Amino acid sequence: MKSKLFWPLMILVLILLINLFFDRSFFAIEVKNGYLTGSLVDILNRGAPLLLVAIGMTLVIATKGVDLGVGSVMAMAGAAGAMAVSGASEGGLVPLFTAIAFVIGISLLSGVWNGVLVSRIGVQPIVATLILMVAGRGIAQLITDGQIMTVYYEPYTFIGGGHLAMLPFSFFIVAAVLAIAAFMTRKTAVGLFIESVGTNPEASRLSGINSKNILLMVYIFSGLCAGIGGLILSSNVASADGNNAGLWYELDAILAVVIGGTSLNGGRFSLRGTVIGALIIQSLTTTIYSIGIAPEINLVVKAIVVLIVCLLQSAEFRKKVFGIFTIKRPEKKKEGVSLS
Amino acid sequence: MKKVLRAKMLLLVVTSVLLLLSACGSSGGQTATSDGGSAGDKEKLVIGFSQVGAESEWRTANTKSMQDAIKEAGHELKFSDAQQKQENQIKAIRSFIAQKVDAIVFSPVVETGFETVLKEAKDAGIPVFLADRAVDIEDDSLWVTFLGSDFVEEGRKAANWLVEETKDAEGDVNIVELQGTVGSAPAIDRKEGFEEVIADHPNLKIIKSQTGDFTRAKGKEVMEAFLKSDGENIDVLYAHNDDMAIGAIQAIEEYGLKPGEDIKIIGVDAVKGAFEAMAAGKMNVTVECNPLFGPQMVDLIEAHLAGEEIEKRVAVEESMYTMDQAEELLPTREY
Repeated sequence: MKSKLFWPLMILVLILLINLFFDRSFFAIEVKNGYLTGSLVDILNRGAPLLLVAIGMTLVIATKGVDLGVGSVMAMAGAAGAMAVSGASEGGLVPLFTAIAFVIGISLLSGVWNGVLVSRIGVQPIVATLILMVAGRGIAQLITDGQIMTVYYEPYTFIGGGHLAMLPFSFFIVAAVLAIAAFMTRKTAVGLFIESVGTNPEASRLSGINSKNILLMVYIFSGLCAGIGGLILSSNVASADGNNAGLWYELDAILAVVIGGTSLNGGRFSLRGTVIGALIIQSLTTTIYSIGIAPEINLVVKAIVVLIVCLLQSAEFRKKVFGIFTIKRPEKKKEGVSLS
Repeated sequence: MKKVLRAKMLLLVVTSVLLLLSACGSSGGQTATSDGGSAGDKEKLVIGFSQVGAESEWRTANTKSMQDAIKEAGHELKFSDAQQKQENQIKAIRSFIAQKVDAIVFSPVVETGFETVLKEAKDAGIPVFLADRAVDIEDDSLWVTFLGSDFVEEGRKAANWLVEETKDAEGDVNIVELQGTVGSAPAIDRKEGFEEVIADHPNLKIIKSQTGDFTRAKGKEVMEAFLKSDGENIDVLYAHNDDMAIGAIQAIEEYGLKPGEDIKIIGVDAVKGAFEAMAAGKMNVTVECNPLFGPQMVDLIEAHLAGEEIEKRVAVEESMYTMDQAEELLPTREY
């Protein structure tokens, strides 16, 4: 049986190979200033916020929900973090931890807000999270006073711009969050609970799963992921921009999840697929910048690649197109019917 | 009986909430009057000013400049903040007309849809002055003049500085460009003006050009990709605004090059952050996009009401700041 990840992986490799065609040194990784640099490292580093948001989004989508508020949560978290250290001087690490506490606090709060609306009050996810998508940006602008806030406190920039063991620090944050998510969903029963709630919340409840708490939990996790992503974004440029930070991240994250093969109908999900999906999006962006595509057609190029990825993933489409080249054999059983 | 009472109560509550809501709705375009102080020997004018909103430091500085200039000239200001909404702006202009002001100044939120209200102003005999942004209307008799930055000229200034700076350079000078938001007027015009000047100098070459959406984060991300693909070949960065330049400076430092030395950096806007970067020796020059045109606007209004002929397009007086001036000027920057 061919893995579901085969096509996304192929596309990722293809995008990276296209780069090699334009720039021979694309895969080169060298040690500069004591840490590894190169386009591949850049993709991981730049893609960190998207990876985080997409991991959270995967679990939400697995429960047949969606979290549109993540972009705004990123902006709020960045603004809260920057505000916490705005008056800090050099030296002590206390402001840094205050900032982290602020970020975690505000993202947990956002997650609880979304989770309660969906699980306890029963508002449809797309509507419930839309509230925060709109209001969150307003709150972020309130925090930053509508201006771009610049941070002069050096330790703050470590989270999104620092290095550990020659690699960008954000890489380790993503790895840790991914490991936690993977452990929780694959080594404990939580993953199964999420899938079952996504497939049929009523049946899950009747079989003894606390659907409401599972729902609440995934929204909190998604909020937390978005908050950390927002902190990385803000820390990376040492500023907070309530207007533009995390803008349209919710769409990129949903796209990453879908490219990775998780169905919007809920149920089965694939964290590995999501990681590949997010990497495809980021590689594509980096590719567009480095091979010099005219800015006017950036989005069209992006759309075409996404279209191709989605078409290739459809078993129906593959059969129609590739079927022409194969000799007709007696009909076999249909492949690739998902659980949902 | 009780049920009827309850229904009545409900009705009362609903109507009062509705009333409250409608009251909130109308407050968006409210006008505030500030007293202009005593008039000198000049005639005291009443000027209505409808501002776009308060979305950036630039805009806030612009509002303050207008307010101060009108007050200082001894005129009375009626100020209205449109909060980025066209309907608020149209409401504000109508209320200016009803109050029979002597002149209306406004920075249109969008380019189109102001025909009707501007005709009303014209019929009432009130001259309209456009500030900072233009409108897209066929009939140009609807406004007196448009006072705003000339973005093409800003691009030319940036290029002229570069031509002067590299006149002794041997071989090609490779430029990378960070454009503003695709399709926005400043991005189109700043690109055009820059290209127009460097076209006469074949050794100046734009090797990469990409949008950074006017934001710091995008500016950094795009510059990072440029550095990976072209690296040491890049001699100059031309960013359509200072924020992108600041983001790019971080990328250059992380790559291990010296911004301002290894790669010359040109920005536009002259915001405070750019002065800080220049004072630290990380940025070479920034072309001013001046929001402090209040006094110039007041002069234009007075001249027009005195019967003088005014051009349809007046450019804001703007200059350019280099690294050497930065340290000295930094404390005086207002935005």
